[in-house]
Amino acid sequence: MTAVSSTGSTLGALQRSRRSHLAWLSVVLSVLACACLLSVSLGTRDVGWADIFAGVTGSTETIAQAVVVVRVPRTVLAVLAGAALGLAGAVMQGVTRNPLADPGILGVNAGAAMAVVIGIAWFGMETLDAFLWTAILGAGLAACFVYAIGSLGRGGATPLKLALAGAATAIASSSFTIAIILPRNDIAGGVRSWQIGGIGGASFDAILPCLPFLVAGLILCLLSARGLNLLALGDDAAAGLGAHVAWARGGAALGAVLLCGATTAICGPIGFVGLVVPHVCRLLVGADHRWLLPFSALTGAILLIGADVIGRIIARPSEMDVGIVTAFIGAPVFIWIVRKRRVRDL
Amino acid sequence: MSSVAHTETAAWIVALRVARRKARLRLIAIMLGLVVTGVGLTLVTGPSMTTPSELLRILAGYDVPGASFSVRELRLPRAVLSIIAGMSFGLGGVIFQTLLRNPLASPDIIGISAGASAAAVFAIVVLGWDGSAVSILAVIAGMAVALLIYLLAWRDGVAGARLILVGIGLSAMLDSMIAYVLSRAPAWTMQDALRWLTGSVNGATLAEALPVLLSLTIFGGLLLARRDNLEAMRLGDDTAAALGVPLAREKLLAVMAAVGLIAVATAVSGPIAFVAFLSGPIAKRITGPGRSPLIAAALVGALLVLLGDYTGQHLLAGRYPVGVVTGALGAPYLIFLIIRSHRSGREA
Repeated sequence: MTAVSSTGSTLGALQRSRRSHLAWLSVVLSVLACACLLSVSLGTRDVGWADIFAGVTGSTETIAQAVVVVRVPRTVLAVLAGAALGLAGAVMQGVTRNPLADPGILGVNAGAAMAVVIGIAWFGMETLDAFLWTAILGAGLAACFVYAIGSLGRGGATPLKLALAGAATAIASSSFTIAIILPRNDIAGGVRSWQIGGIGGASFDAILPCLPFLVAGLILCLLSARGLNLLALGDDAAAGLGAHVAWARGGAALGAVLLCGATTAICGPIGFVGLVVPHVCRLLVGADHRWLLPFSALTGAILLIGADVIGRIIARPSEMDVGIVTAFIGAPVFIWIVRKRRVRDL
Repeated sequence: MSSVAHTETAAWIVALRVARRKARLRLIAIMLGLVVTGVGLTLVTGPSMTTPSELLRILAGYDVPGASFSVRELRLPRAVLSIIAGMSFGLGGVIFQTLLRNPLASPDIIGISAGASAAAVFAIVVLGWDGSAVSILAVIAGMAVALLIYLLAWRDGVAGARLILVGIGLSAMLDSMIAYVLSRAPAWTMQDALRWLTGSVNGATLAEALPVLLSLTIFGGLLLARRDNLEAMRLGDDTAAALGVPLAREKLLAVMAAVGLIAVATAVSGPIAFVAFLSGPIAKRITGPGRSPLIAAALVGALLVLLGDYTGQHLLAGRYPVGVVTGALGAPYLIFLIIRSHRSGREA
């Protein structure tokens, strides 16, 4: 009798949590829709409803409509990049079981940027496809490198060791990036775009080649949700419950690397989105990765659009790169997470 | 019987001390010699080489047509700034590493340099200041950032791990701020940007070097005068207190002096990457355990900047500012250090 009632109450709790998750999902989706509208209408020149509709259907008769035509791909890129970075961050935090994991802090984005710069300077790469493959390769190498250094020695990959290994790798990558670009006047103009991420010059032509990579990464990451739930219990418990630990970890990490590499190839290195978003989402839907991962993607898109809109508004009539805005939003969150944890866990 | 053994041991210890002292003096002499060689190289090398005899005549005050200008106005200020900035970074870095008892906790990793650099960029680009006003603001900002890191890391006491992580977070924010201010600068050139991102001694003048020299004399002298207390603090707070060191006052003085050194040097040369970080560990390797590494660290810092600048200017295919060279050299070393500290089982 008691067993039945307790099962009943567990089921009820599950249903209630499911209902609250669905409610949060609708909230997040509507916020995302509003953010997209704001992103199309706000900026150096604010645009009204009529012009938005006209611009979306392709008309460029007035300046306002032309502005909309430029802002639409930019908003699409913000959604894609933000979703990719948020998802990659959530997956990295799950794979490393580390609350400070983020593609920016762990030096993965800096590694991808360095790889692209090497490709441009030494191998004369010009096509976006080549950039993409190189960026993904660089992101993968940097991820393996940082994780290998960070998990050496006693205690495995503690947050402190991973963060230090990531900081070292990021400084090294950016020094080498400068050293490679500096004597090359032909490409020196691009230095800044490989140091601070931005989504200013977005166009559908640049976004399209990345889509296959983003979709592949998205599918890999979402499929790994169950595996990540098991990994959260510790490697031994996960293996005992029937998970293939190495495959689960490797597949999830590969998905995250695909997402980071593809994003960095179009936008340059953008940090802190992947750090902030999973922590916010855990407050909303708890630690179950089957809910956490899709929420992280959606919230990441909202954060990046929001950061982009803020960057356009506070620096009028010019713009602040989105990578700078996310650092200003993300660094305080990073410090808050560090403060919250016990020293032993660092 | 036992008294004979005691005397023998005592004599042995005395002999050992004398030998160590000699070895240390020899090491410092070698390093000084290297610094002088580096200065000599910097002074004679350029698009047109100056012969040593010409150099001596120029330094003695004679005019040598075609060489006087480049030596006195271009190369000498560069060498002087390299030395004193390098010494400031080396000394400031080793103080932080000693006080926090962690080789990774140098001011360039935990954001002190980034704070000073951000203030300097802001003062120069936005406020249009120059000279010693920039240095003063950089010092204030460096102190403020140090205080902020300390306060943010405070939760029932300050733990080294939390302090370093808070510093990494703050320095990411400050780097973004530097990048933003630079991107807003009206005449934004690559050289300016690189100075504030990685550090450079390009276009140094003796007038610029003066505040750095002043701060090196005042703060460096202060630190050297108190190096016995610093040595005691290296053994840990409890031991130092038991040895009679007034901890609170000494720590505050040492941190303020170190921040001053780093900030003033950063205001002039930019945060020359990894010099503050590398000098201490290298100096400790050279002097060995149990001796104060302050002087050695200062000399290693000077050498790193001098030789890094020489390499960047003359030995590589292009011309690189010194910070790019030390950054490229320092990053692998940092990784080596992490790996080694893991191997020996110490917590990083």
